[in-house]
This record gives sequence, structure tokens and C-alpha cells, in this order.
Amino acid sequence: MNDETKFMLKRLAFYTFIFTVIAWIIIPIIISTLYGFALPKDYYDPKKVIPTSFTTQYVKTLLFTLGALDGIKNSIIVALITIVISFTLGIPAGYAVAKFIFPGKDTIKLSIVALRMFPIPVMAIPLVVLYIRLNLIDTLLGVALAHTAMALPFVVLITSSIFAGVSTELEEAGMVFGLTRLGSFFRITLPLALPGLAAAAMFTFVMSWNEVFVASILTLSHRTLPAQILSIMAGASGGAAPDYYKFAAAFIMILPAITFIFFARKYLVTMWGITLK
Amino acid sequence: MRVKSSYLPYFLILPAFAYLLFFVGYPLVQALYIAFTQNGQFSLATVRKTFADPYFWEALKYTLALAGVIVPTQVGLAIILALAVNRAFKGKDLTIYALTIPLTISDVAAGLIWYSMLSPSGFLNKLLLNIGLIHQPIYFFGYQYRHMEFLAIVLAELWRATSIVFVIILAGLQMISNEYLEAAEVFGADYWTRLRKIVIPLLKPSIQSALIIRTLFAMQIFGIVWILAGRDIPILAGEGFYRLTELKEYDVASIYALVIAGLSILLGALYIKFMKAEYLEVRR
Repeated sequence: MNDETKFMLKRLAFYTFIFTVIAWIIIPIIISTLYGFALPKDYYDPKKVIPTSFTTQYVKTLLFTLGALDGIKNSIIVALITIVISFTLGIPAGYAVAKFIFPGKDTIKLSIVALRMFPIPVMAIPLVVLYIRLNLIDTLLGVALAHTAMALPFVVLITSSIFAGVSTELEEAGMVFGLTRLGSFFRITLPLALPGLAAAAMFTFVMSWNEVFVASILTLSHRTLPAQILSIMAGASGGAAPDYYKFAAAFIMILPAITFIFFARKYLVTMWGITLK
Repeated sequence: MRVKSSYLPYFLILPAFAYLLFFVGYPLVQALYIAFTQNGQFSLATVRKTFADPYFWEALKYTLALAGVIVPTQVGLAIILALAVNRAFKGKDLTIYALTIPLTISDVAAGLIWYSMLSPSGFLNKLLLNIGLIHQPIYFFGYQYRHMEFLAIVLAELWRATSIVFVIILAGLQMISNEYLEAAEVFGADYWTRLRKIVIPLLKPSIQSALIIRTLFAMQIFGIVWILAGRDIPILAGEGFYRLTELKEYDVASIYALVIAGLSILLGALYIKFMKAEYLEVRR
């Protein structure tokens, strides 16, 4: 075998590998979407690997009769409240971490990371007792408060790295020309940090949108989409809903996620330090 | 403007910190109280009741087993993928995009998607039947097929959460300066030597953080298991959820919560020992 064939074979192996990986990610999404709209007779026909006749009936039933639409609404409300609270609390903290040197800074940062690692079930289960007492049980605000606790450490760390990226000289220049520290923050730092903050907000949205444990435990009649789907799809023993509703549910849940990542992919990835054009 | 000696930063951090402390501290105290008292008296009755339940030990076993299978596979897979993608080739951007899609897919949705792949009349079974590789469907779901359910959970979780590990490791790879690699190449090191002596050692912080983040989250695995197996495969978070929502046993549920916390703190101690806090920040 000469060098050229060896090189070609290596390339072929590489592209086969890449192709397999992409197929491994994409095919389940395509299949579950197709099944979400397939007629049960196609789906149960062992000869038909790919369904050919479609209906929107099950997606519609799930949305309008089984409460998925309300779930979507609730999810959006919870995510928006979570963003508002976690940014109100998180931006000042992130700014402080980015722009000041003070005793105990590293310890505080480390504690914030440690609090992020705190398991969700431990938070959610005892919160039920408190929420009953505070009349927060089964409210969207209650879920949002818990989601804020989940998202806040992340918001602090991300905003601090965004603020650290905004040049200090610009702020100082602003203050030389008569702005107060607060003024220079609002007139200079914030506008420059805005794209990064928007990306962080999107990520917060996704975190809240996907969370199911807290939402399932703290609500009964005002459920977010994942909690609503979970309660329809799985009883305690699993597998309560007919298959075609499961497929329709998968479609409803991933559609916003896929749309979202299509728009936000640039930010999602750069936030973790990767450059992707 | 880096200002020393001022109370301002503390005032800026305080609200966030207090909020977090409340949402971690209060539940922890509350859980300890509910778990260890009865009628206002200290009591180990709930602990004994929980430990006497075979489901508890099953849940502990399965949670650790799932983490033990999923996390190392995920990290290994992510390293291979990141190494493969971290070079120039046609379709690189598309590949990275595809690999990050599962980042936004929730565990519940991933469970449902993999149900459509693996169910008796799902895609995989129909495909294999029609090619003629199998003559009757492979059953993945149902109590009598618990081993297959375990496999289904592993497949779904690998599909869903490998992307986050991939992203962390790819970010780490991109921070390795090309100069080291070029120098090694000049001195005649081949690809494997470079990988073993330079890339992997420099990648260690990323690998460690990915490893521990995933291990901690594995302790709380819930949605994917609940969708695919229900209580056939008991897990700690699922049992806590079941005890609380179905049986209204707040005390037992609190013990489950505390066990998850204990495991996480144990692993978190490892995390603080082996890593610095900077990994979540963007470095350019």
C-alpha cells in the first residue's frame, strides 16, 4: 500500500466516524419527530420503518386537551421571572467580583460555585413544607424562586467574566469626564456587556425550561411543560400514556429547544470558551 | 478601576449570597429537622424505616451503578470527539453544531426520544427486523427486562449529556498552545506521544471538572429514568419524589434528599481538593 492510498483510507475512516457521530445525534430527533405525526397504523406496521401518512391529531390533543399549551405558558412565565430575579441579584455580584479586589474574594467565589453544586432534590423536598406555610405551593412564583437559586451562581460567574471583559479604561475615562461610578456603569459598561448578558439570559431560560424535579414537586395544577409531560407520560410504574402521545410530547418539548439553539448556538458555545464561526 | 478597601463590593454581593444561602441553608436545616424528629423529639425512627426498605438500597445501588457506567463512558467519548473535531476539516462547524444540539434538550424529552427509538415497535427494532438481523423485537421496557431498561437509560443519557462534557473538553483543548505541540513535533514526537505527554496532561483540569460536574449531576438523575423505567429501576431522586408525591412521606423523602446531599458533599470535597474555581469562567 503506498502513502497516497493510506492517506485516502485514513480520510475515509475519519469522515465515516464524523458521519456516524452526526447520525447518532440527529437520527433520534428526526425519528421521534416523524413518529410524533405518524398515524398509529403506520407506526405499528412492522414493515414500515419510516411512516408515510401523517396526522397532527396527537400533537393537537396534547396541546389543547392534555394541557401542554398551558405548560408552555407556565414554563415561559417561570423562566422569565427566574431571569428577572437572578439577574437583579446576580449582576451586582458579578460586577463586584469582576471589578473589585477585596479580602475574601476567592472564598466567596468558591462558595458560590459550591452552592451551585447543591443537589436539586435536597432543595426541593424540604421547600414543600416552607411553601405550604407561605402559600407559595403550586404557584409559578414559587417554582421561579427555586429556579433562581439554581441559576443564580451561574449568572454571577458568567456576568463577572463578561464584565471582566469590558475594558476598565473606558469606565475610568467616563469617570474622568464627570460620570459617577453608577453613571459610568449604566452608560458605558452595561451597553458593552449587553450581548454577553443576553446570552447568559438565554442560557438561564433553557435551564429553567428544562428543569423537571423542582417543578413537579412544587406544583400540581400550574405545571411547567416538563412537569406536565412527566405527569401525563409516566405514572409511578412508568409508561402510562399510549405510545403516540409520547412521540407527540417529545416533538412539543424539543421544538422550542432546537429553534432556540439554532439562534443562540453562537453564544451557547462561546460562553464555554469555544470559538465557532 | 480596581479599588481596594471599600465595603461596596460586599454590599453588591450580599443579596445574591444571602439568597443562595437561604435556599441552601433553610432546606438543609428543614430536612435534618423533618428526618430526625418525631413529635418534636429527636428520633432515628425514620432512618430505621428508610434503611429497612429494600427500595432504598436498590436505589443507592442503581444510582451509583448508573453513574459508574455513564460518567466514565461519557468522558472517554467526549475526549475522543473533541480530539477528532479539534482540527481543520470540511464540515467542522456543522459537526460541532450537531454535537451541541442535545445541550438544550431536557432529560424528559431525551427519555421520550429514546423511547421512540427503542420501544418494541420503535425505529431500532423495525430497522433490524426489516434488515433481517433479528426475528422478533428486542424488548427494552418492562419490569422483566430491567437489564435492558438499564441499557436504554445509559444510551439515552450518553446521547443527552455527552455534549456538555464535549464542550468543556473542547474548550480545554483550544486553550492548549500550538507552540508546545509544534516543539514536540520538531523533536520527532509522533501523534500518540504528543497526545500522551502533552495534550492529556494539559487537558487534565478540563477532564477533572467535566468528570466531577457529571458525577454530581448523576447523583440527582431523575427525569430520564422516570420516563424510561419508572420505579423498575429505583434511583435516589426518584424514590424521594415517589415518597413525597405519592405517599406524602415528608420524613422519608427528606432522608433521600440528605443521602443525595451527603454523596454530593463527599464528591464536592474531592472537587475542591483537586480543582480551582476558575473553570466556569470564560478564558480567551
